[in-house]
This record gives sequence, C-alpha cells and structure tokens, in this order.
Amino acid sequence: MHNQDFFFQAFIYLGAAVISVPIAKRLGLGSVLGYLMAGILIGPFGFHLVGQNGEDVLHFAEFGVVMMLFLVGLELQPALLWRLRVPILGLGGLQVLGTSLVVASLGLLIGLPWQSSLAVGLILAMSSTAIVLQTLNEKGWMKTEAGQSAFSVLLFQDIAVIPILALLPLLAITPTHQARLVSSTASPWLNVAQTTQASLPPWQQTLLVIVTVGGIILAGRFLMQPVFRFIATTGLRELFTATALFLVIAITLAMNAVGLSPALGTFVAGVVLAENEYRHELETDIEPFKGLLLGLFFISVGASIDFSLLFQNPWLILSLVIGLALIKGLVLFVLSRIFRLELGQGLLFSFALAQGGEFAFVLFSFTLQNNVLTSAITAPLVVAIALSMALTPVLIIGYEQWVYPRFRLLQPDREADLIDEDNPVIIAGFGRFGQIVGRLLIANGVRVTILDHDPSHIDLLRRFGWKVFYGDAARIDLLRAAGIGHARLLIIAIDEPEKTLGIIHAVQKYFPQIQILARATNRQHAYDLIRAGVQVIERETFGSSLAMGVTALQLLGMRAYKAQRVAQTFKDHDEQVLREMAFMAGDKIQLMARSRQMNEELAQLLQSDDQEIAHLIDHAWDASSLYAEGKDESPREATPG
Amino acid sequence: MGPLHRILILFAHPALEKSRLNKIFLKAVQNLSGVTVHDLYEQYPSFHINIAQEQALLLTHDIIVFQHPIYWYSSPAILKEWQDLVLEHGFAYGKGGTALQGKKFLSAVTTGGGATAYSLDGLNRFTLRQFLLPFEQTAYLCGMDYLPPYVTFGTHQMQAPPTLQAQAQSYRQAIMALRDNRVHWDRLRQTAYFNEDLTQVIYGEATETDA
Repeated sequence: MHNQDFFFQAFIYLGAAVISVPIAKRLGLGSVLGYLMAGILIGPFGFHLVGQNGEDVLHFAEFGVVMMLFLVGLELQPALLWRLRVPILGLGGLQVLGTSLVVASLGLLIGLPWQSSLAVGLILAMSSTAIVLQTLNEKGWMKTEAGQSAFSVLLFQDIAVIPILALLPLLAITPTHQARLVSSTASPWLNVAQTTQASLPPWQQTLLVIVTVGGIILAGRFLMQPVFRFIATTGLRELFTATALFLVIAITLAMNAVGLSPALGTFVAGVVLAENEYRHELETDIEPFKGLLLGLFFISVGASIDFSLLFQNPWLILSLVIGLALIKGLVLFVLSRIFRLELGQGLLFSFALAQGGEFAFVLFSFTLQNNVLTSAITAPLVVAIALSMALTPVLIIGYEQWVYPRFRLLQPDREADLIDEDNPVIIAGFGRFGQIVGRLLIANGVRVTILDHDPSHIDLLRRFGWKVFYGDAARIDLLRAAGIGHARLLIIAIDEPEKTLGIIHAVQKYFPQIQILARATNRQHAYDLIRAGVQVIERETFGSSLAMGVTALQLLGMRAYKAQRVAQTFKDHDEQVLREMAFMAGDKIQLMARSRQMNEELAQLLQSDDQEIAHLIDHAWDASSLYAEGKDESPREATPG
Repeated sequence: MGPLHRILILFAHPALEKSRLNKIFLKAVQNLSGVTVHDLYEQYPSFHINIAQEQALLLTHDIIVFQHPIYWYSSPAILKEWQDLVLEHGFAYGKGGTALQGKKFLSAVTTGGGATAYSLDGLNRFTLRQFLLPFEQTAYLCGMDYLPPYVTFGTHQMQAPPTLQAQAQSYRQAIMALRDNRVHWDRLRQTAYFNEDLTQVIYGEATETDA
C-alpha cells in the first residue's frame, strides 16, 4: 500500500511536470513557471491530487537545491571565486545588510519588537538561488553583467545562511514559549539538525563544524581523485553516477549531523572538486538528477502555496508581496548604481533578485522553534514569499518583453567573459596522437580543453601539469559541458574508428558550426571520414611513414632536398586519389580497378625518374631543354642562368 | 565596366604578423575587383610550389606585381624560388616561351632604409633601381614591359598609423589606376620610381567603388 502511494505520488508529480512544462515552454513562460503552475494545479487548491503529503515531497525535492549548489561549486574554480570577491562581499553583503535594515525599520514602525524585526529582515533578505539561476540560465543571461552580479549575491546569501542560523536563537523573545510548526516544518536537506546543536556545548559544536568542513576539503582534494580513478577503471558509467550521487548524499548527511546546511557543504565540495579532471563527468552525471529534483522542488513550492490564507486576507498578502518586491528591488537597484552596472543590466539585476528565497521557509520554521517569531507573523510571510518566488519568472518575462528591447537598441550586447572554460579548441583523446597536436597548440598559447577516458593516462598527464578532463567524448552532453557550443575546433584524436564516426555524426547534428579535424586510423577509415564530410583528415601514420621514407631515400643516396620534394609530390598525389576514391568505395570492382590504375600511375610517376617526376617537380632546374635548344640553333644570349 | 587590366599581385612576406607596412598594403588591395592577391608564403609554407597552377594564374592576368619587402637587396626567398620554378624555359623564355610577352611587370617594394641610403654616395652605395636590375632583366627576357618600381622608402622611420594608412591609400590608388588604365604611360616611363609623384602619372577617379 505504501509503495502504491509512493508510485501514485510520483505519477501525479511527473505527470503534472510532463504536461505543464512543455506547454509553459511553448508559451514562452520558461520551465520554472511551468513547474510552479503544475504544483498549484495538483495542490490542495487546485485539483487536490496531493495534500499534506506534498510536504514530504518538498523535503525530498529540496535535495535538488543541494545538488544545484554542488554544481554551482563545480563551476567555480577557487581562482574565479577570488576574482569575484568584490561583488560577492560588496554586492552580496550590502544587499543583505540594506534589505535587512529597511525591513527591520518597517517592522519597528508597525510596532514589532526589534528582535523580531531584525529576524524578519534577515530572512527576507534571502533570494531564491534555485529560481533565479534556473530562469537566467534558460534565458542565457548567466554570463551577462547582471547575471554575474546576481550570482555573486546569491552566493553570498547561501553562505550567509550559516551565521544567520547562529544569530537567530539569540533573538528569542520568550525562551519558555514553545511554538508549534506551521506550514513548513524543519526540512532535512536545507536545514540544520537542531538535535545536535542543542545537545552540544558551543565550542564542541564549532570544533565539529571545522572538522567536518575541513574533512570535506581534504577528502575532496586527496581522497576523491583515486576513488574516481578506481571507479573509472571499471568502465561502468552507472557506477560513476552512483559515486557522484553517493558523494553528494554523504556530504548532506555529514553536514546535517553537525548542524550545518548541506547546501553549503556540497557547495564547498563542488569548489574543491572544480579543479578535478573528472569535473565534466560529474557535472553531466548529476545534471539530470538536479534538473528533475529542482523541478520537483518548484512543483512542491507551487503546491504548498497556502491559498486559503491568501483568500482570507488578500490585501495583507498582496501588499506583503508587492512590498517585498519593491524593497528588495529598490535596494538592489541602488546597489547596481553604486557598483556601476549599466542601467539595463542594473534593472535586470533588480528584477531577478526581488523575491524571497527557499531558505526563508527553513529559517522561518527555525525561528518558530526558537521562539523568535510567532506563527501569526511567519504564516502570511511564508505565503508571500512563495508567491514572490512564483512571480519572479513572470517579472523576468516582463523585463524581457518591455525593458530589455529598449536597452538592447541602446547598447551592443556585452557579455562578461568570466566563467572561462570556453576554450577555442577541444581535443577528444589525448593519447600518442592527440598529445602532439595538443602540445603544439598549447606551446603556441592556444587554450585547449582536453577530454580523455583513460584514467591511468589522465593521472600521468596531470602529474606533468596538464589540465585534462575525464570523460567519454562520445557523449554529446559531456562535449556540451566541455564548451563545444563556443569552441571553434574539435580535434578528434581517439583511436577507435567507429567511435570517431559516432562523435562526428552527433556533433554535426547538434553543433554544425564547429570545424572538425579527425584522425583516421587507416585508409578505409579515411574514406569513411571523407564521406562523413570531414574536411581535415590526418591519417595517423601517414606523415611519419612518409618522413621515414624520405630518410630512407636519403640513406640510399638521394639528396635531401630532392627526397623531400618527391615525398611531397607523393603526398599530394595520394591525397587527391584518396578523396576521389572515397566516393567509389561502394563499388568494389570499380574501386579495385581504380586502385590498380592508381598504383600504376604512381609507379610510373615515381620510377620514371628522368622524365615524369623531373617534369613534375623540377623541370625549371633542368637545363636539358636548353641544351636541346642550343643544338637546334645558335644559342641566344638569353638565358637566365 | 569591368577592369581593363587584370592584376596579379604575388605577395611575399615570411612574417606577415610582424610586418607593419606590407600588412596594410595587402589589406588595401585585397578586395579590389580585377585584382588577385596571391600570398606565396600562405600558399606554399613548405616551398613546394605548384608550377602548373602558378603558370595558369600568370596566363589569366595582364599585370604582374611582385609585392614584398627588400631583404638583403633582393626579395624574400620564396619569390626567388617561384621565379626559378615557374618561369620555365619554353614557357616564359626561349623557344616557344612566349606566355608572358606583352604583360606588364611591376615591383612594389618597401625598404627599411630611407631614400638617401639608396643613392650612390649613401650607405648602400647603389640606387634601389640598381638592386632591382635582376628583376628588370627577368622581365625583359620574358618579353614583359618593366614599369618603374613602386618603392616605399624608410619604413623603419614610419611610426604614426596615419602615415602608414596614407601610404597604403596611395598604393591602392596606383593599383586601381593600373587596373583602369588611368596612367600616363609616357610620363611614367620617364620617372625612376612609380610613386615619385603619383599626381603626375595617374589621373581621374576610380570608375567603380570597391569594398
């Protein structure tokens, strides 16, 4: 029965998503809005397909936020984090400070005690990482000035949750009063585990936190490398996915155990692993889970909007929503002017972050437990936050429709190029062939992204200081994560002919703009590549064999320069014939006939030393025609030599 | 109206990325209709010159320009290689070698040293025309009409981009005038260098606007 319940729930949730998200997408509303509407529809105030159970799903779905922060961490190399320190601390810090102060003063004005006012202010200062990142990503605005600034602010907020959690209990008004939980109970994923925190003295608590975070950093730095390598040697892709999920869940549990936010823990783990060569693989393995769980999360937010409160007290809720958006929007806009964002970017920045965040649900229930706030205050605010979250995608669409076009006309699209894995060249396969290509490019200052799927190989390369990513280049999602959308060249240097062709077909389908350079393992493979439309083909042993032939000719007494020139002639001829024959390959008889003919041609060309080849390569240096002319008639003065 | 003369510019510079003048000269004439710019170092990085292709190119043009910087009182190496290979006996000279007869030949060169360095009592002890005598004689042997060379002296002293741009514009004007047959040929033959005074040897405006 319980099982059936679970499957029924899953059926409802997934069904709602499958139906409403494509519709929302088609209407140009974006997926987040689709999920939220699906949630409202199946929730207690829609068709009532999910009731109080929705809360369980919400807790589970919050795991999506945790995963998202892990992925955000993966995107951030420590160097990038350092480069963003000014916007993170400046923009993020001032945003939290400004919003808190404005909200707290309003609280004082309506007669709340200062403790409660401050608590509400701090909690409302949080914005929704999940909704903002997802929405901006969908619009492709993450790399704009506004996107980067919003990202910095969200990052600061996610980190600020920790000190806020530490601060809130100090704001308790009546320590004896035991509040009951309202609409959203303590969440196992985003929240702290109060049990440990309550039972340990503060210094032990602090020590435990340091040990756990330190452990995550050390393990990420030294332990994960061999583990991933070991898992990779098994060659089982699902095992890699399992390891990735295991890692995230393990961190989540550990952070819960010490009373810290799992989101922060996985974020730290992500940053630690950002320099890891398995990063792209991790990213692509977790991405689908993240997407689905985030979707579930949005649905649950939609389903948990308490419309009864809204109907009971519509004006209060509405003014709360509008007030929240106005206050946050204004604070953000002032900051955008101080930090000299362009006007259009500043507006986007303000629109994007002017909502409450998912952490507010957690923090509100935490304040209830600690008697900082009463449910009379939190209940309407929780509804207002959920509504403001749901309104964010709408605001962004409004911005896109009416504000964005004006500024687009005024100024050219300027894209801040901060997250910088978009190298112009991707090399798939870094074995004996790919290495030489790669070294030449890197030695000339070309930025190269290298993909290889041989763990032992990668390890060796890393010891020599190469930046190599683990992954199977045949996966289009991995290529996408490696930045193929922005790359100019894809060099396929793997040694499996079938796989090379597979990659070529997939890449041509999804990324037709990229120029492909492919290694051909043999002549037949070269034919296949030519037929697949690859312009630049290098037969893996051709060049070096030719070089050896040249040396052999020299050792047999041919002058070096002539040997080099006959080899070049041979190469030109062979390449011409290769391209010609690629399109005959279907017809065996024709092919063999042509092949015989070609051999004869070449033999003729190469053997007839005095006539044919001389004519082809160095006729002008050959004075025999001048001798002949001299015999015919008395030589003219006119000779150039 | 199509171009009267089709111009082939054989361009030779082994390190174009380091060039200041030839690079913008090249740009100035690159997209002119009726003008084919043929970058030899780009085409033949290993010096393996495709003779048949080069000869075919010569046949379809009326004015052949050698554009290059002066290296050691002559052209960069590939242009010499090109001459050795492409100007074959029986094609360019000798019995039956009439393929180039009547075509015009122009050297368009740049020198690091100033004009005074290229004088009888200057550092280089000979005039630039004297250094270019092998080219003049080559043209003569091939039955070509050798035009006074287009020389830009003193590139080492040219710093300001406006000067470089002005030089490139003059070169472009001269090439267009050659193409459109807006040249006082008699006056031209009396000058030592094509660009001694461009206003004296070319006239009129380009009849078509080129990108």
